[in-house]
Order: sequence, then structure tokens, then C-alpha cells
Amino acid sequence: MGAIMKRELGSYFHSATGYIVLGVFTFFSGMFFYFYCLYADSSSMTYVFSNMLMIVLFLVPIITMKSFSEEKRQKTDQALLTAPVSLTGIVMGKFFGAFLLYAICNSVFLLYAFIIMLFTTPDWAVILCTVLGMLLMGAALIAIGIFISAMTESQVIAAVLSIGAGLLIYMIDSLANLVGVDFITNILNAISFNRNFSNFTYGVLDLANTVFFLSITAVFLFLTVRVFEKRRWS
Amino acid sequence: MVEVKNLCKNYGEIKALDDISFTANSGEVLGFLGPNGAGKSTTMNIITGYLSASSGTVTVDGDEVLDNPRAVKSKIGYLPEVPPLYPDMTVEGYLSFLFDLKAVRLPKDEHIREVMCIVKIDDVRGRLIKNLSKGYRQRVGFAQALLGNPPVLILDEPTVGLDPKQIIEIRTLIKGLGKKHTVIFSSHVLSEVSATCDRVVMIHNGRIVADEKVGELSETISGSGMLELEIEGSATEIAQALNAVDGVRKVTRTASQCYTVEHDSDKDVRRAVFCAIARTDGAILMMRRGGMTLEESFLRLTERGEV
Repeated sequence: MGAIMKRELGSYFHSATGYIVLGVFTFFSGMFFYFYCLYADSSSMTYVFSNMLMIVLFLVPIITMKSFSEEKRQKTDQALLTAPVSLTGIVMGKFFGAFLLYAICNSVFLLYAFIIMLFTTPDWAVILCTVLGMLLMGAALIAIGIFISAMTESQVIAAVLSIGAGLLIYMIDSLANLVGVDFITNILNAISFNRNFSNFTYGVLDLANTVFFLSITAVFLFLTVRVFEKRRWS
Repeated sequence: MVEVKNLCKNYGEIKALDDISFTANSGEVLGFLGPNGAGKSTTMNIITGYLSASSGTVTVDGDEVLDNPRAVKSKIGYLPEVPPLYPDMTVEGYLSFLFDLKAVRLPKDEHIREVMCIVKIDDVRGRLIKNLSKGYRQRVGFAQALLGNPPVLILDEPTVGLDPKQIIEIRTLIKGLGKKHTVIFSSHVLSEVSATCDRVVMIHNGRIVADEKVGELSETISGSGMLELEIEGSATEIAQALNAVDGVRKVTRTASQCYTVEHDSDKDVRRAVFCAIARTDGAILMMRRGGMTLEESFLRLTERGEV
């Protein structure tokens, strides 16, 4: 698992993907930071984070699109699947490789916190809690992206489907408002990434939200393992 | 030792493998021969655990591939049909990754250098794999299979795409490896198999049509010895004379002066043939004892398989 994770992370920086993702992430977070904190003269980064959801929804598919699809296309999956590593190990290695890149992106928030420190004392509890929320939400999106990537041989299809899934996730709140049936609205609200994430941006560390993102991650990683298991038998 | 028993594999309606059984002993080079689409790669993918069989078992040194996949996989070095290379990695970086992936317990740098020397890729160690030629890529794939000195090597058409010099090098390499490892390698080039293997398993339409030692192969299949002759003289007279020789089964005229004689394999008819021709006006220009070539026996076997 460690070897796969290391190679995965390295591969982002052998190609342009890693730099582009880092650049775009830093650009938008920097922009939001400038407008909502520096320009608005505020030490609260809540709005910075709540606006990042949209950016993350687009960036994560770029991170995950080639994770398994490219392996399949180049037939390198044969090396992974015939090595003495379990399927779970392979999937986890891929997941953590992508997750580490995402985590590196998020480390820029600490820099912003230090900039705030130059003017006033930032609310560390809120900032750290939100970064944790960002990481948990990202983990869930990465797991979904990896699952989609495992089902196709084409990076483009993987990216388009993942962005589609991302947009659907983004629209869940509006959908919940449109649907008149209370029962469905409640379900949609419960699985809304935005709602589950927003508690973190206020500095509220709710077990329910944490478990929500962790279970989405676990479910999709499990499904990815099943995809490979099934392919072996068909 | 690799033991394959009653292996079947269905892809939906299509039966890719139908009851395949064979054994490769330690220190043996087993050639896996068959036309394209015969099921060679499928069998190899099942042995290495990449695919699962619909039924049947594969045992490597006593471990079953489904019960104990990790133990089996760590004993096998596999070079698939398309070498599993990451184009954006350097040769050394790639081998280092696979070394870690296979969790090899040997001194890392030393072992990688050793393997690179065996397949002669140490001169391209720092180059990106995507910039390498086909032959070099094949050899990097070979190096990857050798990592960790696995007791069993499974090579799927290892010489495809190489130039003649490299082909000879790889064959010598396989022969050398066969002394220490169990090697199973597939090919559709028959001369390659007869030059490198101790034993041949022929497969056609997912069935085994022959499983024999290389030397004994042609005789068993034809059931009779063969003579190739070039004789000057009247064709009818010569045919008559040849047919009269005791032990000769069949005479065929392949070209104006060329004849093929099939005779009982336990009898040496050369002397009798010589005398018979000497009594006619004809003169033997050439006589060669020719067992069927692998190509011929292969064609026979596959034709028989289809009937």
C-alpha cells in the first residue's frame, strides 16, 4: 500500500496535474481570502471555506480521473493485481495518494491563518475544525472519484462523470427546496454535502457530520474493491 | 512447481478454456504453444491470479491461488503480453516501485542493479520509459518479472517485437533462468519453443492437444519416420522403386525431383532406399532424415483438434 501511495503522489508531480491542481486551489482560496478577509477586514475565514466547496467539486475529479482508468488503459493494473498486495491495499494506496495531494492543497489555509496572525489572533479552533471538515469532505469526494475512475478506461469519461456527480452534490440543497415531499426533502438534506460541511465552517465539530463523510468514503472505497473483485470473475 | 488442474474459464457464452491440466516441474522450461486466441494468455492470467477460473485449481508449490493469493503471487514473476510499464517513470524509479510493491526482502539498490545487468538495461536506467524503444520496454518488463528472484517465472510472448539479436539473447536468458526457476512461457513461434523448452504444451481452442518433451514430440504425433529425398530420374520408376522398399508406408512427390517418404519409425530404411534407387537409372542427389518440424506437427494437431 505504501509503495502505491508513494508512486501515486509522485505521478501527480511527474506530470502537470499536481502543479495545476495546487495552482488552481491556491488561486481561488487566495482570491476568497483576499476578498472575505483582507479586503473585508475580517479575521473570520468562514466565507472563504464555504466558497471552496464549489472549487473542490471541480478539482477532485481532476485528481482522481486517472487513478484507475489510466492503469487499465496502459495495462499496468496487471502489475498491481498480480503483486502480493490485497485489493484493499491497492485501493487504499490509490486513495491515500490522491488524498495526500488534496491535503497538501489544504495546507495553504494554515498560511492564511498565519497572515491573519500578523493583524490579530485568529480563531484557531474554528480554522482547524474547518480544515478538518475540508479534509473529510475531500476524502468522500475522492472516494467517489476513484470509484468512478475504476469503472472506465477513459480519463475523460471519468472526469466528466465525476464532475457530474459533483454538480449533483452541489445541487442537492436546491433540489431539497424544490421537492415538496417532506420525507424526500429530509433525506436530501441529510445527505447534503453543503449542510454537513457548513457546521465545520462555524467551528462545530459534530459527530454526525464526521461520520457522514467517513461513511461515504468507506462505502465508495468498498465499492471500488468490489469492482475489481467482480472484474476478475467475469 | 506449478500444477494446473481441470481449468475452465467462460467469458459469458464463450468457453475460453476447457478442462486444461498440466504440470510444470521445478527447473523446467515449459513452452506454451498455440495460435492467437487459443487461451494462452487467459491461462497465464489465471495462474498469476489476475483472473479467476470458472472452475479448476492452480497450485504453486503447494499453495492454492484462490486460498492463498498473496503467497502464490509472491512466488511468481509475471511478464504479461503488454509489459505493465508506467510511461512517466524512469527505468530505475519504476523498478524501485515494483521492488517496494512486491515487498522484496533483498538489498534494494544492489538487487535492482543486478536485475538491470541481467537484462542489459543498465545503460538506460535514468531514461523515462515512454522514450524507450519497444525492445527496451520489453526488457524492462522482463526485469520487473525477475525482481525478487521468484521461483516461478511466467512470460507471455516475451520475444514479441524484439529484433533477431535480442530474441536470441532473451532465449539464452530464458534457458539460463530455467536452471534455477520454473519457467512457463508462451509463444506462437514454434522454432522458439523447440530451441528453448524442455517440454511443450500445445493448446488450441482452449483445449490441450499435446503435452510432451520437445525431442519426442514429432515422432509421437506422426507415428512414423520421414525421409526427404532429391532424386534424379523418371518419376514413375522412382516411385515404384521406393514403394517396393520394405517398411515404406507412403511416398509423396513434393517437387519435380523431391520426394518425401514416410516409413515405420522403428525401421531404418535408408540403406534399402539407396539400393533400390541404385538399381534404377535414378541417382540420389540428397537424402535427409526429417522428422516432422514443429510447424507440421502443430498443423496436424490443430487440424485434428478441429475435427
